Amino acid sequence: MMYRANIRPAWVVLVLLLCFAIAWGLAKTSNSDGTGKLTDKQASHENLDLTKFKNSEANEQCLKCHGQSKYAYENPESQKIVHKRMYTELIIKRDEFYVSNHRGFKCTDCHSEDYGTFPHSGNLRMESKANCLDCHGGDEKYAKFQFEKIDSNFMASVHSQKHSQDFTCWMCHNPHTYKINARTNENLKETITYDNLICLNCHSDITKYELLTDKQKPNILVKHEWLPNQAVHFINVRCIECHALNKDTLIVAHLIAPKNLAVKKCESCHAKNSILYASLFKYQVQENIKKQGWFKGLFLSETATIGPDQNNTLNVISLAILSFTILVILTHAIIRIQKSH
Amino acid sequence: MENHNEPLYLYPVWIRFWHILNALLCLTLIITGLSIQFSNPTITVKFSAAVAIHNVAGVLLSLNYIIFFLGNLFTKNGAYYVIEVNGFFQRMKTQFYHYTMGVFKKENAPFPVTEHLKFNPLQQFSYVVIMYFVMTLVILSGIGLLYPEITINSLLGISGLDYTDLLHLTSGFLVTLFMCIHIYFCTFGKTTLSNFKSIINGYH
Repeated sequence: MMYRANIRPAWVVLVLLLCFAIAWGLAKTSNSDGTGKLTDKQASHENLDLTKFKNSEANEQCLKCHGQSKYAYENPESQKIVHKRMYTELIIKRDEFYVSNHRGFKCTDCHSEDYGTFPHSGNLRMESKANCLDCHGGDEKYAKFQFEKIDSNFMASVHSQKHSQDFTCWMCHNPHTYKINARTNENLKETITYDNLICLNCHSDITKYELLTDKQKPNILVKHEWLPNQAVHFINVRCIECHALNKDTLIVAHLIAPKNLAVKKCESCHAKNSILYASLFKYQVQENIKKQGWFKGLFLSETATIGPDQNNTLNVISLAILSFTILVILTHAIIRIQKSH
Repeated sequence: MENHNEPLYLYPVWIRFWHILNALLCLTLIITGLSIQFSNPTITVKFSAAVAIHNVAGVLLSLNYIIFFLGNLFTKNGAYYVIEVNGFFQRMKTQFYHYTMGVFKKENAPFPVTEHLKFNPLQQFSYVVIMYFVMTLVILSGIGLLYPEITINSLLGISGLDYTDLLHLTSGFLVTLFMCIHIYFCTFGKTTLSNFKSIINGYH
């Protein structure tokens, strides 16, 4: 008797699904570190406790005057207490300093010891200021932050090229308040706002803008009028996403490009080759669920992977296959109709 | 030979319910899928509406698929999908000859519909491929796109979302091709519309 082999598709599918589930489980486990989440080692505002910062006592000597908008001293000649206003640029915001990355330093680690005497000597204005690499360059401990790479990118950036020595790290990163953000903050909106405020600090403030150039400050809103949904882009996209070259592996790109190289095509971001799309899509789906609830956020959202599959070759091939199929069907139908008469 | 006098009750209520719902959902998904893929509201549906409709229809299709799967696992209807390997290729060739030549010569169908043989070999093969394999892929990849966190992060340097997306498109495209061919072959009944009537009233 001949052996009769039967294929039962339902069971085949069940077995394949089981294999798929195992493979998926293995792939997810081996990929679980792929997101590279970093832990937040920062002290939060709520936990601010001056006594736990080792140099707070010494620093408070400076912040007594520099930590507020006015200061007072006794004039030794008139024996009177004099009240003066502190220059805005010389005010260190205490709350921000004590949660910043440099909170553990003494003021005089970076500034001259001579600031210990008051009134300060006029010559102290001429002291040269340290830059990031003076402390962070070539240090293994900071290797993951890629300071050297940041520096070389910054040197090639339009800021450095156009303004040479005048433009330093401190133009964007205030050493007294700088707090690592993009790597540690899990609230993306906050990171976007934080980063954009760095740019707007000068690009929306004529007094700061004029320090470096005689050009008239461009109106950012007018300059970006061509951008569809301008407000949505401004809230959700960092300036550097379009204005910096993202060709390296830095978390925060520092190679700010001249304006003629800025991204202007929609498909640069809203397309398959966008380096942002996969993470943005995942983020958007999570946000939708958070805001609108599981059902509405997941099913009734407008989020879809628009365009990433806009591969022209695939479009042409699929259209050709579909056209051929329809052509065969039509030919078959016509012959059938003719033969039936 | 087909018995034209006694209509066969081939499609019980659950199959008709499943099939009609499946057909409507597939059509909806193809149209809204095109809108999402080409994001061109002038030719199809508004993008935001298309996404919402596509998501809801996709979930309904998945639930409906469970009816199909369990129904065929636990009722005798599943037997129609069991492929007898011996001589299957030869039977497909016979049926292929009928569709490409015989049908024009008004030859009788080589595998007429009976209570024990609902599908001819080509139907059986294509239904198994589409319903058991392509549909599973389209549903799984659809779930992956709906909830992207569950997709693998990357494979060979490419995001898992990319593979999921490509899989969804390819399998969706195959379903589209199948729909075109399937609807055309439904006109092969006694009259052009008789097979369409069958899936509504249940009698072949």
